[in-house]
Amino acid sequence: MKRLSGFFLLAVAIVVLPFIFPDNYFVTVVGVSAGLHAILAVSLNLLMGYAGQISLGHAAFFGIGAYTSAILTTRYGWNPWPTILVGAAFTGVLAYIVARPILKLKGHYLAMATLGLGIIVHIFIVQLGWLTGGPDGLGGIPTLSLFGWEVDSDARWYVVIGALLLIVVWLALNIIDSRSGRALRALHGSEVAAEMMGINTAATKTGVFVLAALIASVAGSVFAHQQAFVSPDSFSFFFSIELVTMVVLGGMASTYGAVLGAIILTFLPELLVVFEDYEVMIFGGILMGTMIFLPQGLFVGLQELLRKLTRRRQRAAQAAQATEATKQKEDNHGVA
Amino acid sequence: MFDQILQFLLTGITVGSTYALVGLGFAIIYNASDVVNFSQGEFVMIGAMSAVALSAGDTGLPLWAAALAAVLITTLVGMALQRFAIAPARGASVVTTIIITIGASIFLRGVALLVWGKDLFALPPFSGDDPIQIGNATVLPQSLWVMGGAAVLVFGAQYFFTHTTLGKAILACSCNKTAAHLVGINVGVMLLVAYGLSAALGAMAGILVAPITFASYDTGVMLGLKGFSAAILGGMGNPMGAVAGGLLLGLIESLSAGLISSGYKDAIGFIILLLVLFFRPSGLFGKASVERV
Repeated sequence: MKRLSGFFLLAVAIVVLPFIFPDNYFVTVVGVSAGLHAILAVSLNLLMGYAGQISLGHAAFFGIGAYTSAILTTRYGWNPWPTILVGAAFTGVLAYIVARPILKLKGHYLAMATLGLGIIVHIFIVQLGWLTGGPDGLGGIPTLSLFGWEVDSDARWYVVIGALLLIVVWLALNIIDSRSGRALRALHGSEVAAEMMGINTAATKTGVFVLAALIASVAGSVFAHQQAFVSPDSFSFFFSIELVTMVVLGGMASTYGAVLGAIILTFLPELLVVFEDYEVMIFGGILMGTMIFLPQGLFVGLQELLRKLTRRRQRAAQAAQATEATKQKEDNHGVA
Repeated sequence: MFDQILQFLLTGITVGSTYALVGLGFAIIYNASDVVNFSQGEFVMIGAMSAVALSAGDTGLPLWAAALAAVLITTLVGMALQRFAIAPARGASVVTTIIITIGASIFLRGVALLVWGKDLFALPPFSGDDPIQIGNATVLPQSLWVMGGAAVLVFGAQYFFTHTTLGKAILACSCNKTAAHLVGINVGVMLLVAYGLSAALGAMAGILVAPITFASYDTGVMLGLKGFSAAILGGMGNPMGAVAGGLLLGLIESLSAGLISSGYKDAIGFIILLLVLFFRPSGLFGKASVERV
């Protein structure tokens, strides 16, 4: 129960928010993108935060999912639901094929390889114009419907993506506390040591890479149906970097941290719009400042700050008690 | 066919020379501080843009003075990056420092956007723009400036690191900071010098290519990526490897653009990079890493 208390808190927040702020742009429009970003950040965090494998190309899998759904529904008239599965299957196979050679690399080489993978996929999306619509993108993607319930308003999308986010968070929390989750954390610490303990590190790394890619692909399909339009810009190298930033800003190896990072990075540009020309500069400054002063990320940083504050209060209380006690003693002496 | 290939080779070496300089800057900072500096491309942009701004108009400085001032400005930016962004985050993890430098690059781009707007700018070519005939291929005089300038800078950097006390001191810091400190090297100052040097190299690359490729506030992004690719291709932490990697990347791009497809040239470059990494996980000239347990 205690293990999942954060999860219930998140669920309550997702359910309650639209009732407190009905028809609010920041809840149903920005909130929906924040939810999608959170799903992606949680999946990337499994790979980066827990297994310690950096990926600067996560947007590629998001894009493959989105484009599979977009192409199958608009060009071949498929029903949206099976396209999500086909997208996930395609992404899964692709991720499985590239996982082994890529995950053999370490550190900056791994960063470069995943970065390259993301850019290659992006270039193919732009160049295969006959299939993907090229730089102009693809429009007219049908929305999802569930037993006649059309997901056709912002509020309804909020429900769908909120539910999907909760499922993904729940999945991530359970994986982390399972046998394979412990294997992931072990290989993060030291691959050689993990192997000595009998963990098949190559298979574990491949598994988490494929899982993260699958989640990203499903999020991509949902994104395509929600937006009704996809263009290559949404899946560029910059978006991959943004996802990594969400994970690191929120705090690596913390599922709630990833959610927090995603929410903050989605809302920040919306709030910075008022600064107009200064927007880019301020955004960069905030990013730099946070990472310099809270290198562990906001989630851990804020927790520690809170702990320090409560400890100081406790210590102050103890000190007050102590002085009180000595004073009483002195008073007693005085009487004696 | 042969003439065409010669033409592609000349273009490739020109482009590759810029990649090589950016890659060299990457390697210098990586060696000195174990940081992959994602704002390396911004140094190139700041160098080119300040040179343009300082030399523009009737009241502008002569080109050589503007270039000198631009290099100085960029050097200061590089030192400021070390002093105010990298140094305070000492001991942070690799990913954290990557995000810090990405933040720095966004910040610098934002400043450039404020100062210069979104327009494209160009420097005048250093010595005219009459193409020079080599066999049946042509080459712009500015391309020769780029190749020659890059060669001088690369050999200059090599000389600096192997023959001067300051250069050797920086190398000592990259080998072992504690040991360097014990023999009386001021590690903090050496880091500042390394960042300044790397920024200066970037700025010079930017000024050399500005007459060919133009400059705008966001030209640094792609160049930074290419420089990183060059450094990785050559093997991280090997400056001359980065130079070779940059030249190779330029050649691959120019040949695949000419012979296969210009739309896919970047994809082909990255695919070859990935293949190299699959077979040589530490780059072409990098030392194989050994994990200590």
